[in-house]
Amino acid sequence: MKKILSSFLILFAFIFTALPAFSGTVIIESWRNDDADAWNEKIIPAFNKQYPDIEIIFQATIPAQYSASVSAKLEGGNAGDLITLIPFDASLKLFNRGWLASLNGLGGLENYPQVAKDAWSTDDQSDIFGVPMASVSHGFMYNKDIFKELGLSVPKTESEFFAVLDAIKADGKYVPLAIGTADTWAISTMGFQNIGPNYWAGEKGRKGILTGDEKFTDDHYVSLFETLGKWSNYMADGYQAQTYPDSQNLFTLGDAAIYPSGSWEIFTFSQNADFEFSAFAPPIRDGESNCYIDDHTDIGIGMNSKAKNPAEAKVFLEWLTGAEFAEIFANEVPGFFPLHSHSIAVNDPVAKEFISWKDTCDTTIRNSYHIVGRGEPNLESVLYEVVSGVVNGTVTPVEAAERAEASLANWYEPHQ
Amino acid sequence: MKKKFPFHIIVFLFPACFIYSIFMIYPLLDTMRVSLYTQNLLGENMDDSSGVRAFIGLRNYYDLFFNDTWSWHFWNALKNNIYFFLLHISIQTPIGLLIAAFLSNRELKLKSAYRTLIFLPAMMSIVIVGYIFNLILSPLWGIPQTLLGVVGLEDLVQPWLGLKGSALITVSLISIWQFVGIPMLLFYAALVSIPEEILDAAKVDGSSGLNTFWKIKFPLILPTIGLMCILTYVGNFNAFDLIYAIKNIYAGPEFSTDLMGTFFYRTFFGYQHQLGNPTMGATVASTTFGIILIGVLIYLFAFQNRITRYQY
Amino acid sequence: MKNLSSNLNSIIMHLVLISYTVICLFPVYLLVNNSFKSRRAIFKQPLSLPNEETFSLAGYLKMFSRIDFGVFFYNSAFVTIITLFFVLLFGAMAAWALSEYKFKGNTMLGLYLAFGIMIPIKLGTVSILQLMNSLNLVNSLTGLIVIYIAQSLPLAIWILSEFMKQLSNELKEAARCDGVNEYQLFFYIVLPLLRPPMATVGVFTMVPVWNDLWWPLILAPSSGKQTVILGMQQYIGQYVTNWNAIFASLSLALIPVIIFYLIFSRQLIRSITSGAVK
Repeated sequence: MKKILSSFLILFAFIFTALPAFSGTVIIESWRNDDADAWNEKIIPAFNKQYPDIEIIFQATIPAQYSASVSAKLEGGNAGDLITLIPFDASLKLFNRGWLASLNGLGGLENYPQVAKDAWSTDDQSDIFGVPMASVSHGFMYNKDIFKELGLSVPKTESEFFAVLDAIKADGKYVPLAIGTADTWAISTMGFQNIGPNYWAGEKGRKGILTGDEKFTDDHYVSLFETLGKWSNYMADGYQAQTYPDSQNLFTLGDAAIYPSGSWEIFTFSQNADFEFSAFAPPIRDGESNCYIDDHTDIGIGMNSKAKNPAEAKVFLEWLTGAEFAEIFANEVPGFFPLHSHSIAVNDPVAKEFISWKDTCDTTIRNSYHIVGRGEPNLESVLYEVVSGVVNGTVTPVEAAERAEASLANWYEPHQ
Repeated sequence: MKKKFPFHIIVFLFPACFIYSIFMIYPLLDTMRVSLYTQNLLGENMDDSSGVRAFIGLRNYYDLFFNDTWSWHFWNALKNNIYFFLLHISIQTPIGLLIAAFLSNRELKLKSAYRTLIFLPAMMSIVIVGYIFNLILSPLWGIPQTLLGVVGLEDLVQPWLGLKGSALITVSLISIWQFVGIPMLLFYAALVSIPEEILDAAKVDGSSGLNTFWKIKFPLILPTIGLMCILTYVGNFNAFDLIYAIKNIYAGPEFSTDLMGTFFYRTFFGYQHQLGNPTMGATVASTTFGIILIGVLIYLFAFQNRITRYQY
Repeated sequence: MKNLSSNLNSIIMHLVLISYTVICLFPVYLLVNNSFKSRRAIFKQPLSLPNEETFSLAGYLKMFSRIDFGVFFYNSAFVTIITLFFVLLFGAMAAWALSEYKFKGNTMLGLYLAFGIMIPIKLGTVSILQLMNSLNLVNSLTGLIVIYIAQSLPLAIWILSEFMKQLSNELKEAARCDGVNEYQLFFYIVLPLLRPPMATVGVFTMVPVWNDLWWPLILAPSSGKQTVILGMQQYIGQYVTNWNAIFASLSLALIPVIIFYLIFSRQLIRSITSGAVK
């Protein structure tokens, strides 16, 4: 009996001895499980061609738990060397706690526009703690076969957009809009933040909210809510229980014509859809001539202030600011666009379509993250609630606008 | 007999007490302590440079109960949780009792097969159950339409999980579906342990099946029913997995499926871009603890004492 | 007359029981059945059994290629088994001390330990996370095991001490007279007698641990350390367009528990009904 006990204890202890890290190894923490193949098969080998003696390990955690989990790891001192960062406050908090190193002076940072760097800098822009890695864009995917069958052409203005939706609905065979309200983040991000920039004139509107010059109760925001409210006429039966994956399925099975989308869908859709699909930009409001695209700074990468191999980690970070990484990343993970100013060749046709919009339209990021996302509850969550409410018909556009504004006025001085 | 210091008692007791105290009791007490602080969410230091946390006494509790930012969610979650519990008590317990009553019938065949199969869902992971029902009730798959279509009732089908009025009831029914086996088994055990003599005497006296049940069996198993109620109470106020699996942390639509567990998780851990608030989370946890404790105390003192325990 | 009414009763009871059993099993049937179909067939013919056209192992294959089910399984099994081992060992030791020896504070200690049956350990999460951080146990299986042991001990101790109170005194006295010390008495004589309640403790410990989502979610979400339930939940969260793969992963996560349950159901039910729960 005692023998069994003691051997068990020894086994126990043995299995749980922490494995020592190899020197010269850089560990990257990330939530992008989907990209693991891209990193392990293309990106890391490319880096190793130039720097063969630095080992890079790509380590993924569940997306929904990433912030909390990486925060706990950093606090406990056992996080990897490089930390993939979500934009703005959640990462700013890590820097303020002293867990991320300042990257001021890192070679290659001059390649990025200020907007990109803002997502991973302190409010006063004096310190930058993350290298911008990728942005995602919003638009509408559409089933080319269905459009051909129904004789539809790609809409440019809002009235054209609703005309197309009406035509699909009248035909009756397909669901016009593949989106539901069960996952509130989806309708808010692919609805509000998708067509929104055309309503608030991109960066002008976003900055207006920041300074208090614009308020959510202004006319153009109320109109935006009104337009979104109309979407429910074109969604599938039971859309209130339709989740994000349901929407993806609806579109890729060929049962729906248009899918309000983020550019990140390109990869999944190309694997699952057996029809040709492409994308069109968010429709411009009638009577307007400028178009605006949401090109949101989504992924950055920073360095653990207690990194085990900081010198090697910095080498890798500098390599990330170069064109070679950008090209590999953009092509292996289509739908994620490198943020710096190198021009690179992208092969995927739908990704190319998304990129082409940036030539004619002004870009902006989502308006609810930078600084204004700090309240309790934060603006983003409030938007999730009111946007889904407006689409469901349980909240009026005016109420939605008032609630969004009130949540800011609650704590944000420029709106008080 | 010489009196040695009974070391062995300490040796036997130590490991269990140690682990239990450090990992269960201490965190509970510490959580209550943390609830008396506030924390800067952005990680900046507090003005009085006491670090990231500052002592504020019972302020968090005041905010939780009365400050709109928190209190709306708190009272909503509490209300939902109470409703969740009442649904369980009024549906799960009677069904469990009914099935147990049938199964305790001596002449019934296939008893153990029924018992085993009906208890099966209780062994499954709540998360799996949540996903299965999410799929079954998904408007895209159309299972309810097909099934109700057989009796021509497909118009009754709604996206129940997506509508504010029906989401909580639907989730409760899913939970009840899963756990009916537990009261069933406990009641069955209690019914089966009633001595034959009492039941035979009743039969000799000409008592019908139904009469025997209500006048004799039911009072005798009241202690078990009471136990089941308090176990359900504690379980319901601890519920989290099901909502998380079906509705994710937003507990929609419009927080109509928000329970104390999901509210706690959201507050403490944050989600996506909402930063977590550990001190407020500790407050929610301590309040939930208080609610559970009150229930347990009511059960122990009011219920346990009043119910006569029959010795046989 | 009597036969007719008792037959009628019998029929009604069977009808009710069969209907309820079908309700219980239908979702499981739907799940496992559809895990063997192609994606299109799942949508178009959900209720029917797979036939030549619709049968497909694509879901399982896709799932196995994407996630390391073996790792999840290992983690879950490891955590569950090690937890059970220590819960049984420490629980039996504590239950023995409580039921056998009279000492001051015996009742108080018993109540102290029983407190944990009613109070969910989740409530201490804020502090547990901090504690685990300072002990460097975040993202480790050890951290999970320790929590699960703490969580399962109260009920185990209660069940075991109820049982131990019934052990015959003569046996113990005889052993002591023979010069056996308390440790030998416990490990060599009493422990082997504990087989009946072990099954109950086993099921009540292992099933909640295997099925748990909360602690793996909070304490060990890194790839390589995920348990079956967590890994499957994450997988579903990410690859959700592949319904066949989802069904496959759900079925696979379900199978071990169902098999375990079916093997031990007789013992479990017997021990519950024999009065281990009063």
